[in-house]
Amino acid sequence: MNTDYIITSTRKRDTIDGQVLKQWLLETLDPAFAASVREGDMIVAGENFGCGSAMEVAVTVILAAGIKAVIAQSYSRTFYRNAINNGLIPVQCDTSRFEEGDLLAVQLDGAALSVANYTKELTLSGRPISGVMLDILEHGGLVPYIREHRRLMPREQ
Amino acid sequence: MEIAERAGHVTARTISEKILSAKAGRELHAGDVAICDVDHVLGTDASGPMAIDYFEKMGGERLFDPSRVLFAFDHYSPPASAKTAAFHDRVRAFAERHGAELCDVGEGISFQLLAERGGALPGSLVIGADSHTVTAGALNLFATGVGSSDLAAAMITGQVWVRVPETIKVMLTGTRTAYLSPKDVALALVKAIGPAGANYQALEFHGSALGAFTLEERMVICNLAVEMDAKASIFPSDNATNAYLTGRKVGLASPVTADVRAVYAREVRLDLSRLSPRVALPHAPDNVVPIDQAVGTPVHMVFLGTCTGGRVRDFHEALAALNRAGGQLAPGVQLVVTPASREVADAIRDDGTLARFEALGATVTTVGCGACCGTSGVIPGDGMNVLSTANRNFKARMGNANASIYLASPAACGASAATGKITDPRAERAAR
Ligand code: SF4
Repeated sequence: MNTDYIITSTRKRDTIDGQVLKQWLLETLDPAFAASVREGDMIVAGENFGCGSAMEVAVTVILAAGIKAVIAQSYSRTFYRNAINNGLIPVQCDTSRFEEGDLLAVQLDGAALSVANYTKELTLSGRPISGVMLDILEHGGLVPYIREHRRLMPREQ
Repeated sequence: MEIAERAGHVTARTISEKILSAKAGRELHAGDVAICDVDHVLGTDASGPMAIDYFEKMGGERLFDPSRVLFAFDHYSPPASAKTAAFHDRVRAFAERHGAELCDVGEGISFQLLAERGGALPGSLVIGADSHTVTAGALNLFATGVGSSDLAAAMITGQVWVRVPETIKVMLTGTRTAYLSPKDVALALVKAIGPAGANYQALEFHGSALGAFTLEERMVICNLAVEMDAKASIFPSDNATNAYLTGRKVGLASPVTADVRAVYAREVRLDLSRLSPRVALPHAPDNVVPIDQAVGTPVHMVFLGTCTGGRVRDFHEALAALNRAGGQLAPGVQLVVTPASREVADAIRDDGTLARFEALGATVTTVGCGACCGTSGVIPGDGMNVLSTANRNFKARMGNANASIYLASPAACGASAATGKITDPRAERAAR
């Protein structure tokens, strides 16, 4: 899943406003997808999610659509980083048994990140998010974090 | 007591671990998450406008140090629409207001400019909102690409958060043969490591063959590390580093060597004696084959330029190969020449190379990224095969999804411009 599939470059050439772009989320793969997204939905994906260009809109458009977490086998480095910086929770775990429509809950408890799949009666732990990364995520991204602290600080243990 | 004890037990570290430890002020190892002080922050006309948005949303009032923030207008050089021109105005106004260094249209590609101006020093930490910022790692420093929000936070705080990467040790051994370009080495590595093979990791170069590559050539090898999703790509500091820095350096260099017992994620070996020129076939940079499997493919456009193949030596090698293969452009071949920086353009103008390309009928475009990503410059037509010195050949990369892009060394590109088909640069006087 590359960033161009998340939002095509022809759309983002005209605007970088997530509220506008969200109507075209994943349109290359499924033109009906964007309209079906409800607040609180999650994206479940496979390997190397968000590879390709490092454009940060790939993250902001997902958030604008009301999606607060992505669950994938692995992420491209820049997508993972941009997700943390914008307050989108990147859960990294084995998604091979997940199916569309499963009822999921993501829990961030300190550095421990887990996802419960109630439909499949599974609980999986994701790759932990620690230190300042966790602080930034808990603040909802770098913008609120920097507004509050004016600088990056080691997390209080 | 505890500190003394720990000081006595500093464990062996890679170059990345050492640089990031120095910038964080504490001993770090792969996997640690740390806050580091940055030495330079680079923005471009593509990432800059969004970074300015973030800067304002974060309540930014001033830059942590204006002399360490550089913006380069490279992706839209020159702007091809009113919209991109407006991006430039926005960044210009921001740079002027805050005193950041601005490299306007025609100056060059961001990290190339940092290196030329002596700002990329061994031991330093550079972040840039462009994935190919890793190129600067050729100068024995940790350079990495970030997003616009990281750029904004670093402009305000002078800091960046980093997860310290594990390192892949790349051993380059053997003897470099004639016409073997660093591009061939880089493509062979992309093939060996794979498009996500260095995900979250750094590359560190070792081996007896390092001395065979100039600093600019090492930049080519570091540049393509992004096509393996590497976070950084670092050479040791040696005579080539000193030669490049002489007359450029501003500030203090702190060369960093890896400890003998440093822990690596794995080791990849490449024997140059046995390496032949390489070509990446459409539409992925890891779709790499030895050039003899691509020889004869018709070529309609040859692109010499970008942050991979747009430096002085690249143009010299391309022209020499073109001359060996007949000295004229094959009928129907469009040759596009784009220097990566003004310094490069001046050098090849002064030595006559540029005039020679012009006399052949080449299209010489404005310094910058040029045709690389379809945002400014020449766009290939439907059904065209492009042979390029660039680093990426994804579908639509150059602005047309119906063109096919092949990647190769400058010499292979030069020879192919003369023959109209993909040509092995080792073949002397290839038949036209
Ligand atoms: S030349 Fe191409 S790869 Fe390099 S910075 Fe410019 S657009 Fe990116």
